[in-house]
Amino acid sequence: MFANAAVNNAGSRRRRDRIAKVVLFLAVLLAVIPLALIFVVTIANGIGSLNIEFLTTTQPLSFRQEGGGFLHGLVGTAMMVGIAILISVPLGIATAVFVTEYPDSFLTRPVRFFTDVMTGVPSIFVGLFVYAALVREVGLGFGTLPGAIAIAILMLPIVVRSAEEILRLVPADIRNASTALGARRWQTTLFVVLPAASSGLITGVMLAVARGAGETAPLILTAFGTAYLTTSLVGEAQTALPLLIFEGARLPFEAAQQRAWAGALELVALVLLLTVAARLISGRNRARGH
Amino acid sequence: MSAVAESETPPATQGGHEPPELLPVGAGRKTPLAEPDDASAAIVMRGVEVYYGSFRAVKEITFNVATNAVTALIGPSGSGKSTLLRSINRMNELIPGTRVEGELLYRGHNLYGAGVDPVEVRRRIGMVFQKPNPFPKSIYDNVAFGPRLNGYKGSMDELVERSLRRAALWNEVKDKLKQSGLALSGGQQQRLCIARAIATDPEIVLMDEPASALDPRSTLQIEELMLELKQEVTILIVTHNMQQAARASDRTVFMNMADDRAGYVVEQGPTLDIFTNPRHKLTEDYVSGRFG
Repeated sequence: MFANAAVNNAGSRRRRDRIAKVVLFLAVLLAVIPLALIFVVTIANGIGSLNIEFLTTTQPLSFRQEGGGFLHGLVGTAMMVGIAILISVPLGIATAVFVTEYPDSFLTRPVRFFTDVMTGVPSIFVGLFVYAALVREVGLGFGTLPGAIAIAILMLPIVVRSAEEILRLVPADIRNASTALGARRWQTTLFVVLPAASSGLITGVMLAVARGAGETAPLILTAFGTAYLTTSLVGEAQTALPLLIFEGARLPFEAAQQRAWAGALELVALVLLLTVAARLISGRNRARGH
Repeated sequence: MSAVAESETPPATQGGHEPPELLPVGAGRKTPLAEPDDASAAIVMRGVEVYYGSFRAVKEITFNVATNAVTALIGPSGSGKSTLLRSINRMNELIPGTRVEGELLYRGHNLYGAGVDPVEVRRRIGMVFQKPNPFPKSIYDNVAFGPRLNGYKGSMDELVERSLRRAALWNEVKDKLKQSGLALSGGQQQRLCIARAIATDPEIVLMDEPASALDPRSTLQIEELMLELKQEVTILIVTHNMQQAARASDRTVFMNMADDRAGYVVEQGPTLDIFTNPRHKLTEDYVSGRFG
């Protein structure tokens, strides 16, 4: 091929390429193995106990007893995450809209800075804060509402950051088109930008929810945990799936640990469901030209 | 003087189309269109100057835009054509630090007068951009967007159909109004944007190089569309394509960049005159392709 064979390094380049490929492949394997193991171990240990009874009953009063389920945890998670969504999603999206539409406002830099900081705050700190402020100071006591607020605080920066990224991706030319048609700024944001960003926003919210549903540390100090099913917002301690898993795993009783494994599987399945739903929604919207 | 016509490729004769006249007779007019007086003009410009901060981008613009006709703004890059165009519907204001001086009159009202709401200006003066920019919504919702903003109370279905017909797009999309506007071809998207702009029934439509991103056939479709539209609408089009200006416009305004980098009007008049008998040497050089 090349007239001057002395400068032909195609052979060594091929070898280096192959080595690089192998190294990268091993790296990927190493990264994926823990993830795969989590699934495999959870399924293996939990599948035996995950049945209708588990999904629909609460745990027996004595931890030693077999059977029962984590219904109270499911209800608690659903309530607290639900309330957290109602708090963090509108606030988060509004914040992202503000930061995107008014980049020159004096508020924008501090808001983005603090959002960044918040993504790194250890969740136990958030729990401590809500405990001190709401459970003690305001006197709400342990319960659903403080737990929900703690989860909302943890979800908020995720919603803001991902919403901001998505809104930035909305091209300026459709904003211009809307303005040229005589839309006011809020009309452009509400009727053009947000719909255009909708699938990305939904995905961002679902990822935030997946995180919120799995938080345990903040719930210890806010919801506190209970063996009973409760739907009240304040006054009664509430529990959640991750909390029950945590408690059950620490008990020396086989039955309790079995329930914890089943709970873990339930939680993993829930999060998986949410993530898949998020993908489906964004895929469907993309097909429709969003 | 027909250096302008030579470089054209004959358009496709599809669907029984007669190829349009290749001679630059200014949109098939037999008699040239004179500059309107202040009372009958769609837009009156007197001493209009546009500043970006302290930089003067456009200076001393004084001419009248003829109603229900197509006026082309031509000139080399940097001559301020788009800047001038965008100052008419106050889109320039989106860039911070923009300032307009002089008088820009629409129906006797200064568009930049105290208390004039730019949003109201844009509702009466529509715009079509260089790159088609339909919303990621259905074709129907794209066209209905403007009227919905304005609180249109009549039959939206009828309005959408009428707008799509006027934009020569109805037959191609009437069975798929719910489909996304982004699923159309480039030429169709641009016609959708035109339909969207005229749905609010503006008196004036500004077009900023509407066909420059399109293939030759779509370009011709847009020009034919303008011929129809101008019976009800005043059109002001910025174009780099001189042949297009010659073909499709009734009057032409030739702008150039002065030494102080401000754009100014060199010459303006009926298209036929500008292209076959210009008064300034600069104009003659530009239209015969010697520069720009």
